[in-house]
Amino acid sequence: MLRDIRIESGAFDPHRIASDLARECPEAGGIASFLGAVRAGGGVEALELSHYEPITLAGMEALADDASTRFDLMGLAMIHRIGHMVPGDPIVCVAAASRHRRDAIEAIDFCMDHLKSAAWFWKRELRSEGAGSAWHWIEPREQDYSDKDRWKK
Amino acid sequence: MAVTILFLGPLRDLAGEDSRQADAPLDWAGLLDAAGPLVAEQLKSERVNVACGGKVLSDKHSLNAQDGDEVALLPPVSGG
Repeated sequence: MLRDIRIESGAFDPHRIASDLARECPEAGGIASFLGAVRAGGGVEALELSHYEPITLAGMEALADDASTRFDLMGLAMIHRIGHMVPGDPIVCVAAASRHRRDAIEAIDFCMDHLKSAAWFWKRELRSEGAGSAWHWIEPREQDYSDKDRWKK
Repeated sequence: MAVTILFLGPLRDLAGEDSRQADAPLDWAGLLDAAGPLVAEQLKSERVNVACGGKVLSDKHSLNAQDGDEVALLPPVSGG
């Protein structure tokens, strides 16, 4: 299976991820992709993502292993940003290629549920407040945990 | 040489610094002591994990960090 698992410290082009996967997996009949971006509104001026280098990429590779065991995939790409971002910037892109659509669609859902609440990333937002702005750490929501738990066998 | 304790994510704000040195060897009781009361309270939560030498410990209470090891304190994550 073709794999492209990366952590990027600078901007990446999310639109190339799925098209590259489609080109490299010509026998795939289904290509699904998901793009997560920094949401505008709520006074958000910036988003900062940090990770812990010794384990974060290894954890994403293990997640890709798990996805490729559960689903019949021909290709899987998982790209996650770290560093400083502003509203509109891509944070994460997951794309999957499979013979038939269901495996690709479910694989990206599975990967996203785990990237949200089980991958080694920490996120904080810079929000405008009165005359200035302040950083706030983002706590995972209960929904993020229950989304992940849907996949427990 | 010593053990380096790394404070990840929001634990960094609680600790007031990115990292701190502690004497080796460092066990669970020693970690709670070296981390300070605010971080120690968080460490007791099962949602906070501990990595030693680049491996997440399945039982953080069994921590046994040696000279030169990096001990990372990993609070609940928020990716994606």
